[in-house]
Amino acid sequence: MQQYPGVTSISPQEKNLSAELMQQVAEHKGCGTSGGSGKASCGSSAAQGDMPPEIWEKVKNHPCYSEEAHHHYARMHVAVAPACNIQCNYCNRKYDCANESRPGVVSEKLTPEQAAKKVLAVASTIPQMTVLGIAGPGDPLANPEKTFKTFDLIYKTAPDIKLCLSTNGLALPDHVDTIKSFNVDHVTITINMVDPEIGAEIYPWIFYKHKRIKGKEAAKILSEHQLQGLEMLTERGILCKVNSVMIPGINDQHLVEVNKAVKSRGAFLHNIMPLISAPEHGTVFGLNGQRGPTAQELKRLQDNCEGEMNMMRHCRQCRADAVGLLGEDRSAEFTTEKIMAMDVQYDAGTRKAYQELVEHERQEKVAAKNSELSELAAQRSDIKLLVAVATKGQGRINEHFGHAKEFQVYELSTAGAKFVGHRRVDLYCQGGYGEEDSLATIIRALNDCNAVFVAKIGGCPRDELSKAGIQPVEQYAHEFIEQSAIAWFKDYLEKINSGEISHVRKGDADIRQGAYVAA
Amino acid sequence: MAYKIVSSQCTACSACEPECPNNAIREKNGTYIIKPEKCTECIGYFDDPQCVAVCPVENTCIVDTAYPRYQASA
Ligand code: SF4
Ligand code: SF4
Repeated sequence: MQQYPGVTSISPQEKNLSAELMQQVAEHKGCGTSGGSGKASCGSSAAQGDMPPEIWEKVKNHPCYSEEAHHHYARMHVAVAPACNIQCNYCNRKYDCANESRPGVVSEKLTPEQAAKKVLAVASTIPQMTVLGIAGPGDPLANPEKTFKTFDLIYKTAPDIKLCLSTNGLALPDHVDTIKSFNVDHVTITINMVDPEIGAEIYPWIFYKHKRIKGKEAAKILSEHQLQGLEMLTERGILCKVNSVMIPGINDQHLVEVNKAVKSRGAFLHNIMPLISAPEHGTVFGLNGQRGPTAQELKRLQDNCEGEMNMMRHCRQCRADAVGLLGEDRSAEFTTEKIMAMDVQYDAGTRKAYQELVEHERQEKVAAKNSELSELAAQRSDIKLLVAVATKGQGRINEHFGHAKEFQVYELSTAGAKFVGHRRVDLYCQGGYGEEDSLATIIRALNDCNAVFVAKIGGCPRDELSKAGIQPVEQYAHEFIEQSAIAWFKDYLEKINSGEISHVRKGDADIRQGAYVAA
Repeated sequence: MAYKIVSSQCTACSACEPECPNNAIREKNGTYIIKPEKCTECIGYFDDPQCVAVCPVENTCIVDTAYPRYQASA
Protein backbone atom coordinates (compact mmCIF):
# COMPACT_ATOMS: atom_id res chain seq x y z
CA MET A 1 0.00 0.00 0.00
CA GLN A 2 1.30 3.39 -0.96
CA GLN A 3 2.04 5.82 1.85
CA TYR A 4 2.06 9.55 1.36
CA PRO A 5 3.90 11.96 3.57
CA GLY A 6 1.73 14.23 5.64
CA VAL A 7 -1.22 11.93 5.63
CA THR A 8 -1.03 11.07 9.30
CA SER A 9 -0.78 14.72 10.29
CA ILE A 10 -4.20 15.55 8.89
CA SER A 11 -6.57 16.23 11.71
CA PRO A 12 -10.16 15.12 11.28
CA GLN A 13 -12.54 17.82 10.15
CA GLU A 14 -14.42 19.48 12.93
CA LYS A 15 -17.76 17.93 13.46
CA ASN A 16 -19.23 20.21 16.09
CA LEU A 17 -22.88 20.51 15.31
CA SER A 18 -25.07 22.79 17.30
CA ALA A 19 -28.59 21.67 18.00
CA GLU A 20 -29.81 24.47 15.78
CA LEU A 21 -27.85 23.31 12.80
CA MET A 22 -29.12 19.81 13.33
CA GLN A 23 -32.64 21.11 13.11
CA GLN A 24 -31.82 22.78 9.78
CA VAL A 25 -30.30 19.63 8.49
CA ALA A 26 -33.40 17.76 9.49
CA GLU A 27 -35.52 20.08 7.44
CA HIS A 28 -33.32 19.91 4.40
CA LYS A 29 -33.32 16.25 4.19
CA GLY A 30 -34.92 14.81 1.07
CA CYS A 31 -36.45 11.37 1.06
CA GLY A 32 -33.31 10.01 -0.52
CA THR A 33 -31.35 10.80 2.57
CA SER A 34 -33.46 9.58 5.42
CA GLY A 35 -32.34 6.72 7.54
CA GLY A 36 -32.66 3.01 7.27
CA SER A 37 -35.92 2.81 9.14
CA GLY A 38 -37.84 2.62 5.92
CA LYS A 39 -40.08 5.54 6.72
CA ALA A 40 -39.60 7.31 3.46
CA SER A 41 -42.29 9.89 3.88
CA CYS A 42 -41.06 12.92 2.08
CA GLY A 43 -43.86 15.06 3.36
CA SER A 44 -42.70 14.79 6.89
CA SER A 45 -39.78 17.10 7.48
CA ALA A 46 -39.10 15.61 10.88
CA ALA A 47 -38.60 12.05 9.65
CA GLN A 48 -35.12 11.70 11.01
CA GLY A 49 -35.31 7.95 10.84
CA ASP A 50 -32.39 6.23 12.48
CA MET A 51 -29.68 8.08 10.61
CA PRO A 52 -27.00 9.20 13.06
CA PRO A 53 -26.23 12.95 13.19
CA GLU A 54 -22.73 12.58 11.68
CA ILE A 55 -24.28 10.96 8.64
CA TRP A 56 -26.84 13.72 8.19
CA GLU A 57 -24.08 16.26 8.19
CA LYS A 58 -22.08 14.31 5.63
CA VAL A 59 -25.01 13.87 3.33
CA LYS A 60 -26.45 17.36 3.49
CA ASN A 61 -24.45 18.96 0.70
CA HIS A 62 -23.70 15.94 -1.38
CA PRO A 63 -25.14 16.50 -4.83
CA CYS A 64 -25.40 12.79 -5.42
CA TYR A 65 -26.85 11.68 -2.10
CA SER A 66 -29.08 14.44 -0.86
CA GLU A 67 -32.08 14.70 -3.04
CA GLU A 68 -32.43 18.35 -2.24
CA ALA A 69 -28.81 19.34 -2.33
CA HIS A 70 -28.39 18.05 -5.84
CA HIS A 71 -30.40 20.97 -7.12
CA HIS A 72 -27.84 23.37 -5.73
CA TYR A 73 -24.49 21.68 -5.47
CA ALA A 74 -22.26 19.98 -7.94
CA ARG A 75 -19.73 17.25 -8.11
CA MET A 76 -17.05 16.51 -10.61
CA HIS A 77 -15.10 13.42 -11.45
CA VAL A 78 -11.60 13.19 -12.76
CA ALA A 79 -10.48 10.33 -14.97
CA VAL A 80 -7.19 9.34 -13.38
CA ALA A 81 -7.79 5.61 -12.99
CA PRO A 82 -7.86 3.77 -16.33
CA ALA A 83 -7.04 0.22 -15.27
CA CYS A 84 -9.63 -2.26 -14.07
CA ASN A 85 -9.39 -5.59 -12.28
CA ILE A 86 -12.68 -7.18 -13.27
CA GLN A 87 -14.76 -7.57 -16.41
CA CYS A 88 -18.50 -6.85 -16.44
CA ASN A 89 -20.94 -7.95 -19.09
CA TYR A 90 -22.51 -4.50 -19.24
CA CYS A 91 -19.23 -2.76 -19.85
CA ASN A 92 -17.03 -2.35 -22.87
CA ARG A 93 -13.85 -0.69 -21.76
CA LYS A 94 -13.45 1.14 -25.03
CA TYR A 95 -16.44 3.38 -24.44
CA ASP A 96 -18.06 5.47 -21.76
CA CYS A 97 -19.89 3.09 -19.48
CA ALA A 98 -23.57 3.86 -19.58
CA ASN A 99 -24.20 1.97 -16.36
CA GLU A 100 -21.65 3.08 -13.87
CA SER A 101 -21.17 6.79 -14.49
CA ARG A 102 -17.67 6.37 -15.54
CA PRO A 103 -16.01 7.59 -18.67
CA GLY A 104 -14.59 5.11 -21.14
CA VAL A 105 -10.98 5.02 -22.04
CA VAL A 106 -11.71 7.27 -24.99
CA SER A 107 -12.38 10.07 -22.53
CA GLU A 108 -9.60 12.39 -21.58
CA LYS A 109 -7.16 10.81 -19.15
CA LEU A 110 -5.39 12.98 -16.60
CA THR A 111 -2.31 12.62 -14.47
CA PRO A 112 -2.88 13.20 -10.74
CA GLU A 113 -1.19 16.62 -11.05
CA GLN A 114 -3.37 17.67 -14.00
CA ALA A 115 -6.45 16.38 -12.23
CA ALA A 116 -5.71 18.30 -9.04
CA LYS A 117 -5.20 21.53 -10.98
CA LYS A 118 -8.41 20.97 -12.88
CA VAL A 119 -10.36 20.40 -9.68
CA LEU A 120 -9.03 23.58 -8.10
CA ALA A 121 -9.69 25.61 -11.25
CA VAL A 122 -13.26 24.36 -11.44
CA ALA A 123 -13.86 24.86 -7.72
CA SER A 124 -12.63 28.44 -7.96
CA THR A 125 -14.94 29.18 -10.90
CA ILE A 126 -17.99 27.19 -9.78
CA PRO A 127 -18.61 27.63 -6.05
CA GLN A 128 -21.31 24.94 -6.16
CA MET A 129 -18.58 22.36 -6.78
CA THR A 130 -18.34 20.64 -3.41
CA VAL A 131 -17.57 17.04 -4.25
CA LEU A 132 -14.71 15.45 -6.14
CA GLY A 133 -15.07 11.87 -7.19
CA ILE A 134 -12.80 9.32 -8.75
CA ALA A 135 -14.75 6.64 -10.54
CA GLY A 136 -12.68 5.47 -13.41
CA PRO A 137 -12.46 4.91 -16.33
CA GLY A 138 -11.37 1.67 -14.64
CA ASP A 139 -11.51 0.94 -10.94
CA PRO A 140 -9.94 3.61 -8.71
CA LEU A 141 -8.55 0.93 -6.40
CA ALA A 142 -6.96 -0.94 -9.28
CA ASN A 143 -4.96 2.30 -9.69
CA PRO A 144 -4.21 3.09 -6.05
CA GLU A 145 -1.15 5.28 -6.61
CA LYS A 146 -2.91 7.57 -9.08
CA THR A 147 -6.11 7.74 -7.07
CA PHE A 148 -4.50 8.51 -3.72
CA LYS A 149 -1.96 10.91 -5.18
CA THR A 150 -4.87 12.91 -6.63
CA PHE A 151 -6.68 12.92 -3.29
CA ASP A 152 -3.50 13.95 -1.52
CA LEU A 153 -2.92 16.96 -3.78
CA ILE A 154 -6.51 18.18 -3.49
CA TYR A 155 -6.78 17.57 0.23
CA LYS A 156 -3.75 19.75 0.88
CA THR A 157 -5.02 22.79 -1.04
CA ALA A 158 -8.77 22.51 -0.64
CA PRO A 159 -9.73 20.56 2.47
CA ASP A 160 -13.34 21.79 2.15
CA ILE A 161 -13.90 19.67 -0.97
CA LYS A 162 -15.43 16.32 -0.14
CA LEU A 163 -13.67 13.36 -1.67
CA CYS A 164 -15.45 10.28 -2.87
CA LEU A 165 -14.70 7.22 -4.91
CA SER A 166 -16.60 4.44 -6.62
CA THR A 167 -15.28 0.93 -6.74
CA ASN A 168 -16.23 -2.58 -7.71
CA GLY A 169 -14.95 -3.61 -4.27
CA LEU A 170 -12.48 -6.31 -5.28
CA ALA A 171 -9.46 -4.44 -3.93
CA LEU A 172 -11.40 -2.52 -1.29
CA PRO A 173 -10.34 -4.42 1.87
CA ASP A 174 -6.67 -3.68 1.05
CA HIS A 175 -7.24 0.06 0.88
CA VAL A 176 -9.73 0.86 3.60
CA ASP A 177 -7.14 2.35 5.91
CA THR A 178 -5.67 4.56 3.21
CA ILE A 179 -9.18 5.72 2.32
CA LYS A 180 -9.73 6.59 5.96
CA SER A 181 -6.41 8.44 6.19
CA PHE A 182 -7.45 10.83 3.40
CA ASN A 183 -10.69 11.56 5.18
CA VAL A 184 -12.65 10.25 2.20
CA ASP A 185 -16.20 10.25 3.45
CA HIS A 186 -18.18 8.75 0.60
CA VAL A 187 -17.47 5.43 -1.03
CA THR A 188 -19.78 3.86 -3.58
CA ILE A 189 -19.54 0.13 -4.13
CA THR A 190 -21.24 -1.45 -7.11
CA ILE A 191 -22.81 -4.66 -5.83
CA ASN A 192 -24.98 -6.50 -8.34
CA MET A 193 -25.31 -9.79 -6.48
CA VAL A 194 -24.52 -11.69 -3.29
CA ASP A 195 -24.97 -15.08 -4.95
CA PRO A 196 -22.05 -16.41 -7.05
CA GLU A 197 -24.46 -18.30 -9.35
CA ILE A 198 -25.94 -14.98 -10.38
CA GLY A 199 -22.56 -13.27 -10.30
CA ALA A 200 -21.22 -15.68 -12.89
CA GLU A 201 -23.79 -14.35 -15.35
CA ILE A 202 -22.68 -10.77 -14.79
CA TYR A 203 -18.90 -11.06 -14.38
CA PRO A 204 -16.97 -13.24 -16.83
CA TRP A 205 -13.73 -12.88 -14.89
CA ILE A 206 -11.70 -11.09 -12.24
CA PHE A 207 -7.96 -10.53 -11.96
CA TYR A 208 -6.96 -11.51 -8.46
CA LYS A 209 -3.63 -12.49 -6.93
CA HIS A 210 -1.92 -12.62 -10.32
CA LYS A 211 -4.54 -14.88 -11.83
CA ARG A 212 -7.52 -14.53 -14.09
CA ILE A 213 -10.34 -16.28 -12.25
CA LYS A 214 -13.63 -17.10 -13.97
CA GLY A 215 -17.19 -18.11 -13.25
CA LYS A 216 -18.67 -18.77 -9.83
CA GLU A 217 -15.28 -18.83 -8.15
CA ALA A 218 -14.61 -15.29 -9.40
CA ALA A 219 -18.03 -14.05 -8.35
CA LYS A 220 -17.60 -15.58 -4.90
CA ILE A 221 -14.30 -13.82 -4.29
CA LEU A 222 -15.70 -10.54 -5.60
CA SER A 223 -18.81 -10.76 -3.44
CA GLU A 224 -16.83 -11.59 -0.30
CA HIS A 225 -14.52 -8.65 -0.86
CA GLN A 226 -17.37 -6.27 -1.56
CA LEU A 227 -19.23 -7.15 1.63
CA GLN A 228 -16.07 -7.24 3.73
CA GLY A 229 -14.99 -3.86 2.35
CA LEU A 230 -18.43 -2.43 3.08
CA GLU A 231 -18.28 -3.64 6.68
CA MET A 232 -14.77 -2.28 7.16
CA LEU A 233 -15.74 1.15 5.84
CA THR A 234 -18.88 1.52 7.92
CA GLU A 235 -16.97 0.37 11.02
CA ARG A 236 -14.66 3.31 10.43
CA GLY A 237 -17.49 5.78 10.01
CA ILE A 238 -17.09 6.21 6.26
CA LEU A 239 -20.32 6.77 4.41
CA CYS A 240 -21.13 3.92 2.02
CA LYS A 241 -23.58 3.87 -0.81
CA VAL A 242 -24.28 0.77 -2.85
CA ASN A 243 -25.06 0.92 -6.55
CA SER A 244 -26.77 -1.99 -8.28
CA VAL A 245 -27.51 -2.39 -11.94
CA MET A 246 -30.93 -3.98 -12.46
CA ILE A 247 -30.66 -6.66 -15.13
CA PRO A 248 -34.07 -8.19 -15.89
CA GLY A 249 -34.05 -11.99 -15.77
CA ILE A 250 -30.65 -12.09 -14.07
CA ASN A 251 -30.63 -10.14 -10.82
CA ASP A 252 -33.94 -8.24 -10.75
CA GLN A 253 -35.57 -10.45 -8.10
CA HIS A 254 -32.26 -11.01 -6.34
CA LEU A 255 -31.65 -7.30 -5.70
CA VAL A 256 -34.14 -7.40 -2.82
CA GLU A 257 -31.72 -9.82 -1.15
CA VAL A 258 -28.75 -7.61 -2.05
CA ASN A 259 -30.64 -4.73 -0.45
CA LYS A 260 -30.94 -6.68 2.82
CA ALA A 261 -27.30 -7.77 2.74
CA VAL A 262 -25.96 -4.25 2.25
CA LYS A 263 -28.32 -2.63 4.69
CA SER A 264 -27.32 -5.04 7.44
CA ARG A 265 -23.69 -4.13 6.82
CA GLY A 266 -24.29 -0.43 7.22
CA ALA A 267 -24.78 0.98 3.72
CA PHE A 268 -26.82 4.16 4.12
CA LEU A 269 -28.25 4.25 0.61
CA HIS A 270 -28.95 1.75 -2.09
CA ASN A 271 -29.18 3.07 -5.61
CA ILE A 272 -30.77 0.70 -8.10
CA MET A 273 -30.09 1.76 -11.67
CA PRO A 274 -31.60 0.36 -14.83
CA LEU A 275 -29.31 -1.61 -17.12
CA ILE A 276 -28.54 0.52 -20.13
CA SER A 277 -27.89 -1.79 -23.00
CA ALA A 278 -27.76 -1.44 -26.77
CA PRO A 279 -25.85 -3.35 -29.45
CA GLU A 280 -23.83 -0.26 -30.39
CA HIS A 281 -22.23 -0.23 -26.92
CA GLY A 282 -20.42 -3.43 -27.89
CA THR A 283 -21.01 -4.98 -24.46
CA VAL A 284 -21.86 -8.65 -23.92
CA PHE A 285 -25.36 -7.67 -22.80
CA GLY A 286 -25.70 -5.21 -25.65
CA LEU A 287 -24.78 -7.86 -28.20
CA ASN A 288 -26.79 -10.73 -26.72
CA GLY A 289 -29.95 -8.69 -26.63
CA GLN A 290 -30.23 -8.46 -22.83
CA ARG A 291 -32.86 -5.76 -22.28
CA GLY A 292 -33.00 -3.12 -19.58
CA PRO A 293 -36.01 -2.68 -17.28
CA THR A 294 -39.00 -0.47 -18.06
CA ALA A 295 -39.78 2.50 -15.85
CA GLN A 296 -42.49 0.56 -14.03
CA GLU A 297 -40.30 -2.48 -13.42
CA LEU A 298 -37.60 -0.24 -11.99
CA LYS A 299 -40.01 1.65 -9.76
CA ARG A 300 -41.63 -1.56 -8.52
CA LEU A 301 -38.26 -2.94 -7.47
CA GLN A 302 -37.28 0.35 -5.81
CA ASP A 303 -40.61 0.36 -3.97
CA ASN A 304 -40.07 -3.26 -2.87
CA CYS A 305 -36.71 -2.36 -1.44
CA GLU A 306 -37.91 0.82 0.20
CA GLY A 307 -39.48 -1.10 3.07
CA GLU A 308 -35.98 -2.30 3.84
CA MET A 309 -34.05 0.88 3.27
CA ASN A 310 -34.30 4.19 1.57
CA MET A 311 -33.67 4.15 -2.10
CA MET A 312 -31.86 6.73 -4.08
CA ARG A 313 -33.93 7.60 -7.08
CA HIS A 314 -32.32 10.73 -8.38
CA CYS A 315 -29.18 9.19 -9.80
CA ARG A 316 -28.89 10.31 -13.39
CA GLN A 317 -26.17 7.90 -14.44
CA CYS A 318 -24.42 10.97 -15.71
CA ARG A 319 -21.10 10.95 -17.36
CA ALA A 320 -18.42 10.76 -14.72
CA ASP A 321 -16.31 13.67 -15.88
CA ALA A 322 -19.20 16.05 -16.24
CA VAL A 323 -18.49 19.39 -14.67
CA GLY A 324 -20.95 21.78 -13.16
CA LEU A 325 -24.32 21.33 -11.62
CA LEU A 326 -25.68 17.88 -12.15
CA GLY A 327 -27.04 17.60 -15.63
CA GLU A 328 -25.43 20.81 -16.77
CA ASP A 329 -22.17 19.88 -18.38
CA ARG A 330 -19.49 22.53 -18.54
CA SER A 331 -16.61 20.29 -19.55
CA ALA A 332 -15.71 22.33 -22.60
CA GLU A 333 -14.66 25.22 -20.38
CA PHE A 334 -12.17 23.05 -18.58
CA THR A 335 -10.14 21.13 -21.09
CA THR A 336 -6.66 20.09 -19.97
CA GLU A 337 -5.17 22.58 -22.37
CA LYS A 338 -7.16 25.49 -20.93
CA ILE A 339 -6.52 24.41 -17.35
CA MET A 340 -2.79 24.08 -17.74
CA ALA A 341 -2.67 27.61 -19.11
CA MET A 342 -4.67 28.97 -16.15
CA ASP A 343 -3.25 30.60 -13.07
CA VAL A 344 -5.37 28.99 -10.41
CA GLN A 345 -6.01 30.79 -7.13
CA TYR A 346 -8.16 28.77 -4.77
CA ASP A 347 -10.64 31.17 -3.21
CA ALA A 348 -12.26 29.57 -0.17
CA GLY A 349 -13.99 32.81 0.90
CA THR A 350 -16.16 33.30 -2.19
CA ARG A 351 -17.09 29.65 -2.11
CA LYS A 352 -18.27 29.91 1.46
CA ALA A 353 -20.36 33.02 0.75
CA TYR A 354 -22.08 31.33 -2.16
CA GLN A 355 -22.82 28.23 -0.16
CA GLU A 356 -24.43 30.32 2.58
CA LEU A 357 -26.70 31.91 -0.01
CA VAL A 358 -27.74 28.48 -1.21
CA GLU A 359 -28.57 27.45 2.35
CA HIS A 360 -30.94 30.40 2.53
CA GLU A 361 -32.71 29.42 -0.73
CA ARG A 362 -33.07 25.87 0.45
CA GLN A 363 -34.72 26.93 3.67
CA GLU A 364 -37.19 29.08 1.75
CA LYS A 365 -38.05 26.16 -0.46
CA VAL A 366 -38.71 23.86 2.47
CA ALA A 367 -40.91 26.47 4.13
CA ALA A 368 -42.93 26.97 0.94
CA LYS A 369 -43.49 23.25 0.58
CA ASN A 370 -44.54 22.83 4.18
CA SER A 371 -47.14 25.57 4.04
CA GLU A 372 -48.69 24.05 0.91
CA LEU A 373 -48.58 20.62 2.47
CA SER A 374 -50.51 21.69 5.55
CA GLU A 375 -53.44 22.62 3.32
CA LEU A 376 -53.28 19.33 1.47
CA ALA A 377 -53.51 17.49 4.77
CA ALA A 378 -57.26 18.17 4.85
CA GLN A 379 -57.79 16.20 1.61
CA ARG A 380 -58.57 12.52 1.56
CA SER A 381 -57.94 10.40 -1.51
CA ASP A 382 -56.23 7.15 -2.52
CA ILE A 383 -55.05 8.60 -5.80
CA LYS A 384 -51.33 8.36 -6.46
CA LEU A 385 -50.03 9.74 -9.72
CA LEU A 386 -46.83 10.80 -11.41
CA VAL A 387 -45.99 14.20 -12.83
CA ALA A 388 -42.94 15.28 -14.82
CA VAL A 389 -41.10 18.56 -14.27
CA ALA A 390 -38.83 20.50 -16.65
CA THR A 391 -36.12 22.07 -14.50
CA LYS A 392 -32.64 23.49 -14.84
CA GLY A 393 -32.03 23.20 -11.08
CA GLN A 394 -32.47 25.29 -7.94
CA GLY A 395 -35.58 23.23 -7.23
CA ARG A 396 -37.72 25.36 -9.55
CA ILE A 397 -39.85 24.77 -12.63
CA ASN A 398 -37.59 26.79 -14.86
CA GLU A 399 -37.05 24.96 -18.14
CA HIS A 400 -38.84 25.30 -21.46
CA PHE A 401 -40.43 22.02 -22.58
CA GLY A 402 -38.55 22.06 -25.86
CA HIS A 403 -35.18 22.64 -24.20
CA ALA A 404 -35.47 19.98 -21.53
CA LYS A 405 -32.87 17.26 -21.76
CA GLU A 406 -34.49 15.41 -18.92
CA PHE A 407 -37.56 15.56 -16.72
CA GLN A 408 -37.78 14.98 -13.00
CA VAL A 409 -40.62 12.73 -11.98
CA TYR A 410 -42.57 13.17 -8.73
CA GLU A 411 -45.17 10.91 -7.26
CA LEU A 412 -48.08 12.88 -5.82
CA SER A 413 -50.45 11.65 -3.16
CA THR A 414 -52.09 13.17 -0.13
CA ALA A 415 -48.79 12.44 1.64
CA GLY A 416 -47.13 15.07 -0.54
CA ALA A 417 -44.72 15.12 -3.47
CA LYS A 418 -42.09 12.43 -3.56
CA PHE A 419 -39.24 12.51 -5.99
CA VAL A 420 -39.05 9.18 -7.81
CA GLY A 421 -36.61 9.64 -10.65
CA HIS A 422 -35.40 11.23 -13.83
CA ARG A 423 -36.42 10.65 -17.42
CA ARG A 424 -33.78 11.63 -19.83
CA VAL A 425 -35.03 12.64 -23.24
CA ASP A 426 -31.95 14.19 -24.83
CA LEU A 427 -30.97 10.99 -26.55
CA TYR A 428 -34.33 10.72 -28.19
CA CYS A 429 -33.68 13.98 -29.96
CA GLN A 430 -30.46 12.83 -31.57
CA GLY A 431 -29.70 10.71 -34.55
CA GLY A 432 -31.50 12.53 -37.30
CA TYR A 433 -35.04 12.08 -36.11
CA GLY A 434 -37.44 14.77 -37.15
CA GLU A 435 -39.12 17.10 -34.69
CA GLU A 436 -42.27 15.02 -34.65
CA ASP A 437 -40.44 11.81 -33.95
CA SER A 438 -38.62 13.35 -31.05
CA LEU A 439 -41.88 14.62 -29.60
CA ALA A 440 -43.37 11.14 -29.90
CA THR A 441 -40.43 9.63 -28.07
CA ILE A 442 -40.62 12.24 -25.30
CA ILE A 443 -44.27 11.39 -24.89
CA ARG A 444 -43.35 7.71 -24.62
CA ALA A 445 -40.79 8.56 -21.94
CA LEU A 446 -43.44 10.45 -19.96
CA ASN A 447 -46.26 8.05 -20.71
CA ASP A 448 -46.78 7.17 -17.05
CA CYS A 449 -47.25 10.82 -16.02
CA ASN A 450 -50.57 12.66 -15.71
CA ALA A 451 -49.05 16.12 -16.12
CA VAL A 452 -45.86 17.86 -17.12
CA PHE A 453 -44.82 21.13 -15.42
CA VAL A 454 -42.87 23.53 -17.61
CA ALA A 455 -41.75 27.15 -17.66
CA LYS A 456 -43.12 27.42 -21.18
CA ILE A 457 -44.37 25.16 -23.98
CA GLY A 458 -45.17 25.59 -27.66
CA GLY A 459 -48.62 25.06 -29.15
CA CYS A 460 -47.88 21.84 -31.02
CA PRO A 461 -46.36 19.86 -28.17
CA ARG A 462 -49.10 21.19 -25.90
CA ASP A 463 -51.79 19.64 -28.10
CA GLU A 464 -49.91 16.38 -28.59
CA LEU A 465 -49.31 15.97 -24.85
CA SER A 466 -52.96 16.66 -24.06
CA LYS A 467 -54.00 14.08 -26.64
CA ALA A 468 -51.73 11.55 -24.93
CA GLY A 469 -53.40 12.31 -21.61
CA ILE A 470 -50.49 14.30 -20.19
CA GLN A 471 -51.65 17.72 -19.06
CA PRO A 472 -49.13 20.50 -19.82
CA VAL A 473 -48.96 22.89 -16.85
CA GLU A 474 -47.44 26.35 -17.33
CA GLN A 475 -49.08 28.27 -14.52
CA TYR A 476 -46.31 27.54 -12.00
CA ALA A 477 -43.43 28.76 -14.17
CA HIS A 478 -40.33 29.59 -12.08
CA GLU A 479 -41.99 28.52 -8.83
CA PHE A 480 -40.62 25.86 -6.46
CA ILE A 481 -41.32 22.36 -7.73
CA GLU A 482 -42.74 20.61 -4.70
CA GLN A 483 -44.89 23.50 -3.56
CA SER A 484 -46.36 23.83 -7.08
CA ALA A 485 -46.90 20.13 -7.55
CA ILE A 486 -48.75 19.90 -4.26
CA ALA A 487 -50.89 22.95 -5.13
CA TRP A 488 -51.71 21.45 -8.53
CA PHE A 489 -52.57 18.11 -6.96
CA LYS A 490 -54.93 19.79 -4.49
CA ASP A 491 -56.76 21.41 -7.42
CA TYR A 492 -56.78 18.11 -9.27
CA LEU A 493 -58.41 16.33 -6.35
CA GLU A 494 -60.97 19.10 -5.99
CA LYS A 495 -61.88 18.85 -9.67
CA ILE A 496 -62.30 15.09 -9.34
CA ASN A 497 -64.45 15.44 -6.26
CA SER A 498 -66.66 17.97 -8.02
CA GLY A 499 -66.97 15.63 -11.01
CA GLU A 500 -65.35 18.11 -13.40
CA ILE A 501 -62.71 15.56 -14.47
CA SER A 502 -62.07 11.91 -13.82
CA HIS A 503 -58.76 10.35 -12.90
CA VAL A 504 -57.01 8.28 -15.57
CA ARG A 505 -54.43 5.70 -14.62
CA LYS A 506 -51.43 5.91 -16.89
CA GLY A 507 -49.38 3.11 -18.46
CA ASP A 508 -45.68 2.28 -18.47
CA ALA A 509 -42.86 4.37 -19.91
CA ASP A 510 -39.57 3.81 -21.72
CA ILE A 511 -36.20 4.29 -20.09
CA ARG A 512 -33.81 5.98 -22.47
CA GLN A 513 -30.81 4.06 -23.69
CA GLY A 514 -27.25 5.28 -23.70
CA ALA A 515 -24.94 7.31 -21.52
CA TYR A 516 -25.65 10.93 -20.81
CA VAL A 517 -23.55 13.06 -23.09
CA ALA A 518 -24.43 16.70 -22.84
CA ALA A 519 -24.25 18.69 -26.03
CA MET B 1 10.71 -15.23 -26.02
CA ALA B 2 8.12 -12.60 -25.87
CA TYR B 3 4.59 -11.38 -25.86
CA LYS B 4 3.46 -8.42 -27.89
CA ILE B 5 0.48 -6.06 -27.78
CA VAL B 6 -1.81 -5.68 -30.77
CA SER B 7 -1.89 -1.92 -30.74
CA SER B 8 -5.07 -1.60 -32.81
CA GLN B 9 -6.92 -3.39 -29.99
CA CYS B 10 -5.18 -1.87 -27.00
CA THR B 11 -7.43 0.53 -25.06
CA ALA B 12 -4.39 2.05 -23.35
CA CYS B 13 -5.98 1.26 -20.01
CA SER B 14 -2.53 0.75 -18.45
CA ALA B 15 -3.61 -2.30 -16.45
CA CYS B 16 -0.80 -4.47 -17.80
CA GLU B 17 2.01 -2.03 -17.07
CA PRO B 18 2.32 -2.44 -13.28
CA GLU B 19 1.62 -6.20 -13.43
CA CYS B 20 4.67 -7.07 -15.52
CA PRO B 21 7.37 -8.54 -13.25
CA ASN B 22 10.06 -7.43 -15.68
CA ASN B 23 9.02 -3.84 -16.31
CA ALA B 24 8.79 -4.74 -19.96
CA ILE B 25 5.65 -2.72 -20.68
CA ARG B 26 5.36 1.01 -21.23
CA GLU B 27 3.25 3.59 -22.98
CA LYS B 28 4.29 4.77 -26.38
CA ASN B 29 2.28 7.17 -28.55
CA GLY B 30 -1.03 6.52 -26.87
CA THR B 31 -0.77 2.74 -26.84
CA TYR B 32 1.18 0.23 -24.78
CA ILE B 33 4.12 -1.82 -25.99
CA ILE B 34 6.19 -4.73 -24.69
CA LYS B 35 9.95 -4.63 -24.93
CA PRO B 36 10.65 -8.13 -26.28
CA GLU B 37 14.14 -8.35 -24.84
CA LYS B 38 12.76 -7.83 -21.32
CA CYS B 39 9.75 -10.15 -21.53
CA THR B 40 10.20 -13.61 -20.01
CA GLU B 41 6.59 -14.70 -20.67
CA CYS B 42 6.37 -14.41 -16.88
CA ILE B 43 8.24 -17.69 -16.60
CA GLY B 44 9.90 -17.86 -13.21
CA TYR B 45 7.39 -15.42 -11.72
CA PHE B 46 3.81 -16.47 -12.35
CA ASP B 47 1.85 -19.35 -13.82
CA ASP B 48 0.11 -17.08 -16.33
CA PRO B 49 1.50 -14.23 -18.36
CA GLN B 50 0.23 -11.27 -16.35
CA CYS B 51 -0.41 -8.95 -19.28
CA VAL B 52 -2.69 -11.57 -20.86
CA ALA B 53 -4.51 -12.25 -17.60
CA VAL B 54 -5.31 -8.64 -16.83
CA CYS B 55 -6.00 -7.26 -20.31
CA PRO B 56 -9.69 -6.44 -20.82
CA VAL B 57 -9.58 -7.08 -24.56
CA GLU B 58 -9.23 -10.69 -25.67
CA ASN B 59 -6.31 -11.55 -27.97
CA THR B 60 -4.58 -8.23 -27.43
CA CYS B 61 -1.50 -9.51 -25.56
CA ILE B 62 -0.33 -12.38 -27.76
CA VAL B 63 2.78 -14.43 -28.38
CA ASP B 64 5.16 -12.71 -30.75
CA THR B 65 6.16 -15.50 -33.11
CA ALA B 66 9.13 -13.50 -34.31
CA TYR B 67 10.89 -14.63 -31.14
CA PRO B 68 11.56 -18.18 -29.94
CA ARG B 69 9.74 -19.19 -26.76
CA TYR B 70 11.52 -18.17 -23.61
CA GLN B 71 13.66 -20.82 -21.93
CA ALA B 72 14.50 -20.36 -18.28
CA SER B 73 18.25 -20.69 -18.06
CA ALA B 74 19.03 -23.85 -16.15
S1 SF4 C 1 4.30 -11.91 -20.48
FE1 SF4 C 1 4.86 -11.30 -18.42
S2 SF4 C 1 6.99 -10.61 -18.70
FE2 SF4 C 1 6.07 -10.61 -20.72
S3 SF4 C 1 5.29 -8.56 -20.99
FE3 SF4 C 1 3.59 -9.80 -20.24
S4 SF4 C 1 3.70 -9.45 -18.05
FE4 SF4 C 1 5.67 -8.80 -18.82
S1 SF4 D 1 -4.04 -4.18 -20.49
FE1 SF4 D 1 -4.46 -4.53 -22.67
S2 SF4 D 1 -5.69 -2.78 -23.27
FE2 SF4 D 1 -4.78 -2.25 -21.32
S3 SF4 D 1 -2.91 -1.13 -21.87
FE3 SF4 D 1 -2.35 -3.28 -21.61
S4 SF4 D 1 -2.52 -4.16 -23.65
FE4 SF4 D 1 -3.58 -2.22 -23.72
